[in-house]
Amino acid sequence: MDAVEVDATNLATKELNDRLRELMLSGVEKVVLRNVCGQRYIGTRLYTPEHRKMDIEIYGTPGNDLAAFLFGHNIRVHANAQDGVGNTMDHGEIVVEGRAGDVLGFSMRGGKIFVRDSVGYRTALHMKEYEDKKPVVVIGGTSQDFLGEYMAGGIVILLGLGGKPHKGNFLGTGMHGGVIYLRGTVDKTQVGGQVDISPLNDADKEIVDHYVSEFVQRFPDLGIGKEEILKSDFIRLSAKSKRPYVKLYA
Amino acid sequence: MKSFVFPEFRIIRDEAKCGQCRGCERQCAFGTHTYDPVQDRLISDDYKCAGCQRCVVFCPKNAIEVRPTPSPYRANASWSREKMEDLKKQAETGGVILTGCGNDKPFRVYWDHIVLNASQVTNPSIDPLREPMELRTFLGAKPDVMEVKTDKGDVEIRTKLSPNLVVETPILFSAMSYGAISYNAFRSLATAACKSGTYFNTGEGGLPKEMREKFGKCAIVQVASGRFGIDAEYLNCASAVEIKVGQGAKPGIGGHLPGEKVSAEVASTRMIPAGTDAISPAPHHDIYSIEDLSMLIYALKEATNYEKPISVKIAAVHNFAAIGSGIVRAGADIIAIDGLRGGTGAAPKAIRDNVGIPIELAISSLDRRLRNEGIRNRCSIIAAGGIRCSADIVKAVALGADAVYIGTSALIAMGCNLCQKCNTGKCNWGICTQDPRLAGRLSVDIASQRLANLIQAWSHEISEMMGGMGINALESLRGNRDHLRGVGLYEWELEVMGIKGAGE
Repeated sequence: MDAVEVDATNLATKELNDRLRELMLSGVEKVVLRNVCGQRYIGTRLYTPEHRKMDIEIYGTPGNDLAAFLFGHNIRVHANAQDGVGNTMDHGEIVVEGRAGDVLGFSMRGGKIFVRDSVGYRTALHMKEYEDKKPVVVIGGTSQDFLGEYMAGGIVILLGLGGKPHKGNFLGTGMHGGVIYLRGTVDKTQVGGQVDISPLNDADKEIVDHYVSEFVQRFPDLGIGKEEILKSDFIRLSAKSKRPYVKLYA
Repeated sequence: MKSFVFPEFRIIRDEAKCGQCRGCERQCAFGTHTYDPVQDRLISDDYKCAGCQRCVVFCPKNAIEVRPTPSPYRANASWSREKMEDLKKQAETGGVILTGCGNDKPFRVYWDHIVLNASQVTNPSIDPLREPMELRTFLGAKPDVMEVKTDKGDVEIRTKLSPNLVVETPILFSAMSYGAISYNAFRSLATAACKSGTYFNTGEGGLPKEMREKFGKCAIVQVASGRFGIDAEYLNCASAVEIKVGQGAKPGIGGHLPGEKVSAEVASTRMIPAGTDAISPAPHHDIYSIEDLSMLIYALKEATNYEKPISVKIAAVHNFAAIGSGIVRAGADIIAIDGLRGGTGAAPKAIRDNVGIPIELAISSLDRRLRNEGIRNRCSIIAAGGIRCSADIVKAVALGADAVYIGTSALIAMGCNLCQKCNTGKCNWGICTQDPRLAGRLSVDIASQRLANLIQAWSHEISEMMGGMGINALESLRGNRDHLRGVGLYEWELEVMGIKGAGE
């Protein structure tokens, strides 16, 4: 089936999402949104009891909470994204051909997010995992402070492409699960007290290899090969304890 | 380290009555009673007793008595026994004192200083046994203007109405999560809510999948800072969604379900690995302003296709009425306010006993603020924290609430005796525990019947009190402060509640 095009010019958030929902209910599986300009919650109102799935391509800049509570859809943004991308998303995939704002992947429990450039503050905040659901966030550039704060599960990979140093502080503050892989390095003063910094073991390398391949596949225009990325050293940030507050109480 | 703390309770066993059946030993998860085969008698360790009275109620010979011990210390108005012993416990452990249930300190209970009106001579009272009495109410936003079109006697509403919750009586069960309470307790609340035409609130522990189809229609599902167990299916199976910002027992701080309580079932409902700590951060990290709150409210409206009212629950604290106004403007359909005496499964005692304001004052402040700003119709108010009887509900509604949440009252109906040991996970009544042996003691059939009975009894009493005032619909009682008078209150207190003194 051909993709249906929607011109988002002058559409309010609710109108655009009404339109998307109508299209999904009418059986459309692929939509291209043109001239998006700040409309929020794209992809949020697409839950159906029969679990329909949709591919959405976005031209223009989507607003906050893109794909919040996302339930299995695929979204590709041909531009930058704003705050709250993938807020509490359950499954599905988001690709951002640009940079994204703060709290990307907040409380995300499954699915994948790929961002070509860098992200803002508090990325992957309180990200979780559960059984076969293991969220993955791969960032081409770097992040601001509080990456992986309260992180309880999932995988975050920061590639630092273009020689971007990781300057964020308080990385992994309150972390009690999950893992962050950084290409390059950080000083131990940049990480939270609950975080261990270690080199990658073979299992880690396999994971990084797998998701870097996926990242490279999604951004062919970058013109960068997997091997080139993987030849640099990575470090691993993980939680010292799954029970950080066990000794807090009388 | 030797503990210097004295036992809180004394166990008195009538040896003449005791049949050495060892029932008490089995009943107590704290290990208070042990059988000594040499002496063929039960030995009780006062130090371990929580004062929950389980062994007393279930002793077949009526041989046990559990009494609070009098203070062993020299009387001291400043250094109460509790202050001294909490201090000792902290000197012994270096830890924060945790506790369960609501604030037990002697702050003024305003309910007990408010009296209700009744009709005499000029305005006849109504007998609810003979005449219709409307306790049903609708929770959610009401339109500013209602446009109707009449055509040959048919009336059509032209205004688009917001989704509302219909409750048959203004009593809802407060948020108590599966994890904080046992599965049976959780299911009892759900069963009783459906049976009584009202709602239970899942708290932030998710809603077990097998309960969604049957109980979703009487569920309010919560979205809290930990975002546990939340996906589009959870949000869409319920009747309403509540964003939990704060809780009366612990305003300003987060929650922390320790790994011991995260059993396989709790883990699957919360969608986290079993045995890990479930940490709810103090704030929602996507909400730092009213605008951010609005963003989450609309994210939830979008996620539920604008079909469900969205509630925002906050703790009553200083200046909260201004925040309440912001919450309404942010798009909430319901505001739930939880007062100083609201309960909890676990909270630092220092917070529970010192933070927040009494619900009676809070209801009135919020109602008045919203009325003054002309936005009272845009949301309903659910009051929580310290509702103990039907008269408290009548007073809450007359002070401006649309309905109330009951938490502690519901637990007492199921068997709780407020021993305040919820945080230990060893609840002998099977309510606040994940130990299958203890949780199995609570029968869903019996507990849900007790809850439904309570709702029925209170609803009757509310009807009686309203009838006595000559009021036949809850709508006419709401914010009707003329029917309230204060006794023994200072002028500022009367002013905050907007009521006159008795005799005025």
